[in-house]
Amino acid sequence: MVTTVIARAWQVLADIPDPEIPVLSVLDLGIVREVSESADGRGVVVTITPTYSGCPATEVITADIRAGLAATYDEVDVHIQLSPPWTTDWLSEPGREKLLGYGITPPNGRAVLPMIDDDRPASCPQCGSGDVEQLAAFGSTPCKALWRCVACREPFDYFKVH
Amino acid sequence: MSPTSEATAQAPSVATVADGCLLLSHRLTEWVGNAPTMEEDVAVGNIALDLLGQARGLLGMLGDEDQLAYFRDADTFDNPALCAAPNGDFARTMLRQLFADSWLGQVWAGWTTHDDDVVRGVAEKAVKENAYHRRHSRAWVVRLGDGTEESHLRMLTALDELWPLTTEIAMPGWRESVADALVEATLPVPSPAALDAEALASCAEARRELLAEMQSLARTHPGATW
Repeated sequence: MVTTVIARAWQVLADIPDPEIPVLSVLDLGIVREVSESADGRGVVVTITPTYSGCPATEVITADIRAGLAATYDEVDVHIQLSPPWTTDWLSEPGREKLLGYGITPPNGRAVLPMIDDDRPASCPQCGSGDVEQLAAFGSTPCKALWRCVACREPFDYFKVH
Repeated sequence: MSPTSEATAQAPSVATVADGCLLLSHRLTEWVGNAPTMEEDVAVGNIALDLLGQARGLLGMLGDEDQLAYFRDADTFDNPALCAAPNGDFARTMLRQLFADSWLGQVWAGWTTHDDDVVRGVAEKAVKENAYHRRHSRAWVVRLGDGTEESHLRMLTALDELWPLTTEIAMPGWRESVADALVEATLPVPSPAALDAEALASCAEARRELLAEMQSLARTHPGATW
């Protein structure tokens, strides 16, 4: 019985989008660390790890998780766990494919310290060409950089290795 | 400290880093809408946001973050003077940023093994963010230092103005960490700075002005939310 409700909690989470990249769910993003239920099954604690230090989406996500689970549980708590820090390595495989379909090239490789200087997208999300150049190292959200495809001339977002 | 002594800045307290990140973040936001290019508007905005997030993570350990940011008097802030130094031109802002990024890079790296869970958590995240910031500020220092006659001159001026403010952040290894960028930028690598009370005091005045603006909304409308 308990496992059924927990599975329901994960299903709800699978439908909660990242507010800035709504094609990704919070599960695709890889920020949900743990879901645990109280002994009587009426309360739930969701542990999440924020993506970036100042990302304003974190507060929205916390509120969305609370609202999403309120129908299933009497008490919903969202616990923020900082360590170990979130990394783009935790993006799910389906999440990476969704990003590409959305026009954002997913991170190219794993995040290792020290951070590499030649982080670059594998290809243009529009035409698939590997002939790409950076326009700006910072983009419209903390996770992205702005690139351009030399082959098809389209600008595109790149989800930086982090 | 004698002018010829090697840099001996101590490892900073949590309060020093929190206040430093907060005020440096605010300084960068002064460029948003005014930066030389739209891409730089976005870049400085992103960097400011990361610094604000890092400051919040640490301020939250020390007390109520809003109280500490908006209702504390200027003279009780514990930031390195450099972090509140006025922007000046873009060359000066980027050199200030390189100096601060290099200092913070050392701080965060050291704190990834901190005993306190929150400090360690903030640092583990910040290490990666800092790498992107430093890449950006370093690239601009090199580009402007090794650029036109005018941009080189502006970098030299910025170096003259900012170097005396580095005594508080020049921990062992800091000067070496900025030296390679200065050399690549065709700029001189000055000897370790001597304590300059006048320069530091001028930043205390600049900090009062910064806070008068940063705190005005919260103080005029206490408890305001959106």
